[in-house]
Amino acid sequence: MKRLLRYLKNYKKQLVFGPFFKLLEAIFELIVPLVMAKIIDVGIINRDSAYVLKMSGIIVLLGVCGLGFALTCQFLAAKCAYGFGTELREALYRHINSLSYTSIDRIGTSSLVNRLTNDSMTVQNGVNMFIRLAVRAPFLVIGAAVMAFMIDVRLSLVLFVAAPLISVIIFFIMRRTVPMYKKTQQKLDKASLLTRESLEGTRVIRAFSRQSEEIEEFNEAVDEIAECSASVGRISAILNPAAFMIMNLGIVAIVWFGGLRIDGGSLTQGELTAFTNYMTQILLALVVLANLIVIFTKAFASANRISEVFDLPPEETGTKMPDAGSGNIIEFCGVSFAYESAGEESVRGLSFTLRRGEELGIIGGTGSGKSTAAALIPGFYRPTAGEVIVSGVNVNEVDAEELRRIIGYVPQKAVLFTGTVRENMRWRKADATDEEIIAALKTAQAWEFVSKLPDGLDTLISQGGKNLSGGQKQRISIARALVGDPDILILDDSTSALDYATDLKLRKALRADHAETSVIMISQRTTSLMEADKIIVMEDGSPVGIGTHDELLGSCEVYRDIYRSQMNEKEDRNA
Amino acid sequence: MLKTLRRVFSYARPYIAFFILTVIFAAAGISLSLAVPVFIGEAVDCCVGAGKVDFDKLLRVVIKLGASVAASGLFQWLMSLCTNRLAFLTVRDIRADAFAKLQRVPLRYIDRHTKGELTSRVINDIEIVSDGLLQGFTQFFSGIITIVGTLIFMMTINYKIALVVVVLTPLSFIAASRITKATHDHYVRQSKLRGEMVGLAEEMAGNQKLVKAFVYDKRAEERFAEINRQYGKVGTKATFFSSMTNPTTRFVNGLIYAAVGLLGALGAIGSSSFIGAMSVGRLSSFLAYSNQYTKPFNEISGVFAELQNAVASAKRVFDLLDEEEVSDDSGLEKLTDLTGELSFSHVNFSYSPKSKLIQDFNLDVRSGQRIAIVGPTGCGKSTMINLLLRFYDIESGSITVSGREISSVTRDSLRSSFGMVLQETWVFTGTVAENIAYGLPGATREQIIDAAKAVHAHGFIKRLANGYDTVISEDSGLSQGQKQLICIARVMLMDPPMLILDEATSSIDLRTEHRIQRAFVKLMEGKTSFIIAHRLSTIKNSDIILVMDHGNIIEQGSHAELMAKGGFYSGLYNSQFAS
Repeated sequence: MKRLLRYLKNYKKQLVFGPFFKLLEAIFELIVPLVMAKIIDVGIINRDSAYVLKMSGIIVLLGVCGLGFALTCQFLAAKCAYGFGTELREALYRHINSLSYTSIDRIGTSSLVNRLTNDSMTVQNGVNMFIRLAVRAPFLVIGAAVMAFMIDVRLSLVLFVAAPLISVIIFFIMRRTVPMYKKTQQKLDKASLLTRESLEGTRVIRAFSRQSEEIEEFNEAVDEIAECSASVGRISAILNPAAFMIMNLGIVAIVWFGGLRIDGGSLTQGELTAFTNYMTQILLALVVLANLIVIFTKAFASANRISEVFDLPPEETGTKMPDAGSGNIIEFCGVSFAYESAGEESVRGLSFTLRRGEELGIIGGTGSGKSTAAALIPGFYRPTAGEVIVSGVNVNEVDAEELRRIIGYVPQKAVLFTGTVRENMRWRKADATDEEIIAALKTAQAWEFVSKLPDGLDTLISQGGKNLSGGQKQRISIARALVGDPDILILDDSTSALDYATDLKLRKALRADHAETSVIMISQRTTSLMEADKIIVMEDGSPVGIGTHDELLGSCEVYRDIYRSQMNEKEDRNA
Repeated sequence: MLKTLRRVFSYARPYIAFFILTVIFAAAGISLSLAVPVFIGEAVDCCVGAGKVDFDKLLRVVIKLGASVAASGLFQWLMSLCTNRLAFLTVRDIRADAFAKLQRVPLRYIDRHTKGELTSRVINDIEIVSDGLLQGFTQFFSGIITIVGTLIFMMTINYKIALVVVVLTPLSFIAASRITKATHDHYVRQSKLRGEMVGLAEEMAGNQKLVKAFVYDKRAEERFAEINRQYGKVGTKATFFSSMTNPTTRFVNGLIYAAVGLLGALGAIGSSSFIGAMSVGRLSSFLAYSNQYTKPFNEISGVFAELQNAVASAKRVFDLLDEEEVSDDSGLEKLTDLTGELSFSHVNFSYSPKSKLIQDFNLDVRSGQRIAIVGPTGCGKSTMINLLLRFYDIESGSITVSGREISSVTRDSLRSSFGMVLQETWVFTGTVAENIAYGLPGATREQIIDAAKAVHAHGFIKRLANGYDTVISEDSGLSQGQKQLICIARVMLMDPPMLILDEATSSIDLRTEHRIQRAFVKLMEGKTSFIIAHRLSTIKNSDIILVMDHGNIIEQGSHAELMAKGGFYSGLYNSQFAS
């Protein structure tokens, strides 16, 4: 929490003067009933028109000042809240960018996005409301009570009974309804999930003729929502009428006992009027206070979620620069790695070396640790045992950014970003020329279709690349990693959506255009890896064979198995 | 706008009783609460000064006061209950209708919209209708009653001062609407910027790992900072302008309060013949009225803004409800006596009129044949399936199954004669067993396990936390391959007369796939089946291989025939094994 307060530092003035001006407005507001009481008690009793006129003028003047104070406060509040929010978000995003993969896994990217946007806005709103109301509402309650106390001590007892009573009712209703609102929200989320699932599975649902069951299930869900909201409604419906009744019954009591006091000569008619006024003010302020508590509770919860992100330490990084002269581009010495949340190691005892310009293939079943092993090369994760040495430097000691600058990475799922094709292609190298971009697209077998797009490189890619097919996205994502000619290219099963002919052309072009680049290719197809200088066969996290295609055929049973299952037709054909 | 409103209220018609009760309770509750200041005024008038208090009268007034307070509170409570019921039941019905509609619109409609957009209509838009229209309506209604009631009471106390109040009223209105207008533009800009900022955050932080891999973080920070700062500036303005409303109307309120005080006091003094005589008590009731008189105006102008919002949302929902539905087929016969034969003749189809896709497509399939469809991405492979199952209707030509035109039988009976495993796996939130038994809800546990065993899914299912009773969902951590195995088990269990396998094994590693192949062979025995696959090895044993490109069949024949022909297919096949 303290970390967040730091971002208020530049807004100390607003934080002090905002509530101060609001306080002035509240004071002026409290004086109005007193002036009105004077009009009645002095002006009317003495039949002094000039006095009435003067006092009315004072009420207007008080109003003008109040308006000025209030506007000043609102302005300061907005400035402080949004200034704070902006600085907080910027710092938070910078911090998110500094996190390691392990930290990102811990919170999850979708949750990070939520904290960066929704949570920061909730806190921002909390600051705004704090300045605007946190001083005003309690002050009005206390102030009105004090004023009433000053007019008549004994009569103010009514206030001291009614106000706590209303507070208690507000408290109990909120304690019941807040969890119920959460429950209603959950039911709503469930209906939303049902809708999304049903949309995603439209074909399956219709193919299985299950529309009526889907409708039935959804109807149950909406019935639950209606029931849940109705029961919240039943309870919260008590709040306003109950507060109204308590306040007005309090006024009844004030009028009755006030009558007794007036008869005894210790209270005037005007003072009685002022008293009832204070009663109303207290009630209104209490309702504001209740809403304020809700806003603050939410803001605190959001602030905590944001603090959690700030509490994650930034990724550790060394200072050494990659050594372009090293003979081996990659060395793994007895490397093991376990994800933070998993008990078991995902990669166990992996050792190999790869020389510059060589090609490495990694093959294995789903979940065998192929991608994890590759993720250790750019230092996304640090080995839990053993050493990973890339371009002559241990990844624990290298400057992480410099390391990643020599690596081109193509993820399993091709993700493109909103913007033009050209902007997407400049991810690795901000100032890449069109020639460089086109060359990369050509190597990735993407130029053929990109050049045919209506606007070529200027074609807009909508979010996630919805306007492209899976194979097209994969090819652009490969080309993106090639821009700037990386020393190492990691292809994480990145050609799965390509047909064999295109896949083959791509591999050939890669070898011809980027002979110096060391390619790490993860695949499930033996055909894609056959020509690699070295192939690692992974099973359940352990390397069960390392060697060339021919060596592995002779020595590794798992590799033989995979190869046969893919090749049996070919053998049939050759026989 | 009126049409939309009328339509929303037509949904409320079954609950008209609640509506009428709401109006009655509102009228009763508010008029009683408006009587309160009158009684307080009467009470104040009973207490003129020391020793001059009329206790008999005061007691009567206090009893009247207490009774009306209690009754008013009761009515307000009943009103809230009725409004709640009205709103929640109406919303429930609209929502159920919207969801049911989604099950009846042609797939074309669903494919054209994003899932998020349609979901947000069913969930968020309808929620906004509930908040804005139904609850806004009661606020609007009680606001009007309060204003009218207050005016009447003020008129009866002193119509001249009341007139002054009426003359001053527009001040509050003008101020509020001026501010609302100024705020509106800022709000529009703010929400646009917020959308952009959230979009950027989703793209960048949502793909944080990629951002790091490309060392794109500095540039991402710059982009984020720029939009964030713009948002901060516009947000400050929008928030400030909107927060002017309360102080400004409070100020106008204060003016009216002062005017009433002045005129009332002058009347009480008797120095102004214009105002006429007035007691202190009546003045205090008048003051109380002038205090609450302007409040509903604020609320009503707030309601108007929300109303506009709600109408826009309601319109989006009704647009969905007005979508054309797939034609009613309840009168048609069911598809029975399946022979396993089917044919396409002279079929033409395209997704958009601009680009032709399938042209003059012909195919005859005999019972029990295995048809494979191959070709590059986007060549129309999946379209064949869309047409065969009537997810989309053909433009011309005819498709027959077992000799019957598919448009002459019910869609359900047509579709249930096919078992289908699609490219995109689909599991819903529910247990593994429920997911497998989706097409055969009455299946026994034994049948389910047999189906799972047949597709080699039993092993991993057993290892899940609760075995077959483990609750799974689209993002519950199952791998793509595991989800696909569940989808295949689903079809295995149904044992349908015909099969469609669309890239059915694309996400399964090859060793597992090899094993599933054997299960598929068993499943396909004697059944007419369609197989779409990238991996040519999986379709070599088909009776007919259709090679498609740009919506046309460019080659057709058995594997051996096509290889001998040395065309597109043999090129594709050889490239797979080329070194």
